[in-house]
Amino acid sequence: MGSNRFQKREVRWWHSLVWPVAGLALLLVFNLLFTEGFFRVEIRDGRLYGVLIDILNHGSKVMLLSLGMALVIATGGVDLSVGAVMAIAGAVAAQLINKDGLPFPVVIVAALAVAVLAGSWNGLLVGGFKVQPIVATLILMVAGRGIAQLITGGQIITFTDGRLTYIGNGSLLGLPFPVWLSLAMLGLTVALTRKTAIGLFIESVGDNQTASTYSGVNASTVKFLVYVFSGLCAGMAGLVAASNIKCADSNHAGLFLELDAILAVVVGGTSLTGGRFYLAGAIVGALFIQTLTTTMYMRNVSADIAPVPKALAILAVCLLQSPKLRGQLGAIFSKKPA
Amino acid sequence: MATEPHALLEIRGLAKNFPGVKALQGVDFTVRRGEVHALMGENGAGKSTLIKVLTGVYQRDGGTVRLAGAEIGADSPKAAEALGISTVYQEVNLIPHLSVAENICLGRQPTCFGMIRWGAMARRAEAALARMDLKLDVTQPLSSYSIALQQMIAIARALDVSGKLLILDEPTSSLDEREVEELFEVIRKLRAEGLGIVIVTHFMDQVYAISDRITVLRDGQLVGEFDTAKLPRAELVSKMIGKELSQVPAIQHGAAEAQTKREPLIELRNYGRRGSVAGINLSIGKGEVVGLAGLLGSGRTETARLIFGIDKAQTGEMQLDGQPVQFSSPRQAIRAGFAFTPENRKVDGIIPRLSIRENIVLALQARRGALKTIPRKEQEELADKYIKLIGISTPGAEQLVVNLSGGNQQKVLLARWLATEPRLLILDEPTRGIDVGAKAEILKLVQSLQEQGKSVLFISSELEEVARDSQRVVVLRDRTKVGELTGNQISEENIMHTIAGHSHGE
Repeated sequence: MGSNRFQKREVRWWHSLVWPVAGLALLLVFNLLFTEGFFRVEIRDGRLYGVLIDILNHGSKVMLLSLGMALVIATGGVDLSVGAVMAIAGAVAAQLINKDGLPFPVVIVAALAVAVLAGSWNGLLVGGFKVQPIVATLILMVAGRGIAQLITGGQIITFTDGRLTYIGNGSLLGLPFPVWLSLAMLGLTVALTRKTAIGLFIESVGDNQTASTYSGVNASTVKFLVYVFSGLCAGMAGLVAASNIKCADSNHAGLFLELDAILAVVVGGTSLTGGRFYLAGAIVGALFIQTLTTTMYMRNVSADIAPVPKALAILAVCLLQSPKLRGQLGAIFSKKPA
Repeated sequence: MATEPHALLEIRGLAKNFPGVKALQGVDFTVRRGEVHALMGENGAGKSTLIKVLTGVYQRDGGTVRLAGAEIGADSPKAAEALGISTVYQEVNLIPHLSVAENICLGRQPTCFGMIRWGAMARRAEAALARMDLKLDVTQPLSSYSIALQQMIAIARALDVSGKLLILDEPTSSLDEREVEELFEVIRKLRAEGLGIVIVTHFMDQVYAISDRITVLRDGQLVGEFDTAKLPRAELVSKMIGKELSQVPAIQHGAAEAQTKREPLIELRNYGRRGSVAGINLSIGKGEVVGLAGLLGSGRTETARLIFGIDKAQTGEMQLDGQPVQFSSPRQAIRAGFAFTPENRKVDGIIPRLSIRENIVLALQARRGALKTIPRKEQEELADKYIKLIGISTPGAEQLVVNLSGGNQQKVLLARWLATEPRLLILDEPTRGIDVGAKAEILKLVQSLQEQGKSVLFISSELEEVARDSQRVVVLRDRTKVGELTGNQISEENIMHTIAGHSHGE
């Protein structure tokens, strides 16, 4: 009975992960064959170096974003503002760290609190005032960078505080710190949604909001909370982004990352129409996108045309997930030549 | 079976498999020109599957389909339409925000260089409606008309395709008696024009009123084809369920005095809302089944919505256990021990792409709050318990609800509420579009709830059900209460009289 139950759960896991993992594996095999040095990993000063480690490191921002985005998308919404919220969080941290006398934890908490506030604003508009998610979050997407500019006074603010730069550049047990941060957030999100009933409520609201309301689920609160959480994730990604380059650049921090996050979620098997969500899938999706980007870079594809092969690869993964196409492919392969 | 000369549609040896289920096996089905053919069977018998195979929604796994002698391999709804097969589904499948004209012509709008010719479209829609003796403003959005009219519009849409074969899947489930008769007139007219008409319905009276022949399916297999005139009702029912019909014993109506003295659970005084229900008085006793009867649009569903806190009352008050209460959301009503299965279970009831287990625990979990999570093991036990108790036919609790038949979806909804151990269960059309077997099970369940001391508000357009299973019947007309029947007064006939306006009761 016990092992039976376990199996049932595993089936659900694998279903969601098979195609994104297959896509990622394909990409890795390609690099194994054709890109020299892709799999080389060295240890220097107790720290791992290599392309694979870079992928994990650089992919961590989209990984963080995709966790919040997966929950938002599961309710049938979307959060376009995460890139701008990253800029805001980075701006707050950079401003405060340069003020003498503020304890480090206060800086971090303040930056995250502002990001949560931004998320609450989205949540209020979508959950409370029933504004369509695209419109509601578009407002902050556009206004957010302006807010970040206000915070920094229109300057790019640099900092040298070792604790803040550690977030984006430090390493722990050989791996870059952002990787640990992403893993911890994945663990936290899974625990929050799958070990409590929050996941069930999110999925039921996304699948059929009226029926959920009639069953006593507070749909407005559920929606509010997922945007708050998405804001928190964006705040963390913003800290990592600012820390990476040791400055807060309101114009470029997290630019277009909301699109990568949405793609990661979709590649990970979560439907944009809402309902079931797959957190591990979203993480694999984020890694897939980062691996693609790095592959382009390693193969000297010019930055101008890099988006084209990237788009094609993502299209391939999305098509692989289409049950219709899979059925037709299956039919072709099962047909034996007469 | 050999080919028949008059056959319009001939299906031979049809098979359709779903993972783990043989939905159809070796089914023969013949429709002749100018006949109305009823397709009968319980939920899961394969009626819907047969229709979906016929209209190209599903691809068949075996067998042949011939239309007017020519073998066809319909593989999309459009192709089926082109071949002259058109279908009106159980629940209105049109687009609420588009106009009536657009709905009727959708997918085949008259165009001129790719531009829609709005005038021509409106005229065409009006002509299609005129064929059914309906005159509507076709530029108005579909949603501005009642469900009954929407159903008629759906049929008009199907007629607009110069069809050879018209399939009506539960066309009358949301129509009142007069509208049903109007629909039947249209059907008879079409029959005289030589169309083949397939009708799927659970209303026995209607089968005998309109059909010439009956084909019965059971468990995906053909039971037989019969002349309606030569098949007594009792025999039809036993052919459908595969055994003699075990009658659900009716609740004893006698001892009316004892029942009127029940302690009331809820009492509504002048409870109402503008545009919904004019202030009504209604009390439901502990352990009492109160029937709510009335025609479509008489305010039955609206009353349920007020009680359950979906709509807020503007006049009067509601008392629960003698204390005034005011619900502003279903959440509050659920906390007070209320439960509600809505009329339109597909739209307002089920969470289609979640599992049976998740659907069942949802309301209980919502009442407990997100953090007091019901352990997975307990959830599974709960799901398994209700799957057994109410007889939900499914391979397991992890099946998605969207894959269940209508009757089983309704049972899942009942399970969701039973798990919350409600004090008052409001059932809005719980047996609509459900087969005989599931119907009997649901009615039996209502009785056992009542025996456990739970209160039930039972809303149904099937007066026979209301009369048989309620201890008191409240009759609504034109959004207001017009009468109340108790004890021996309760009969189908009396309810009809009250609805019609011959005063009774109050």
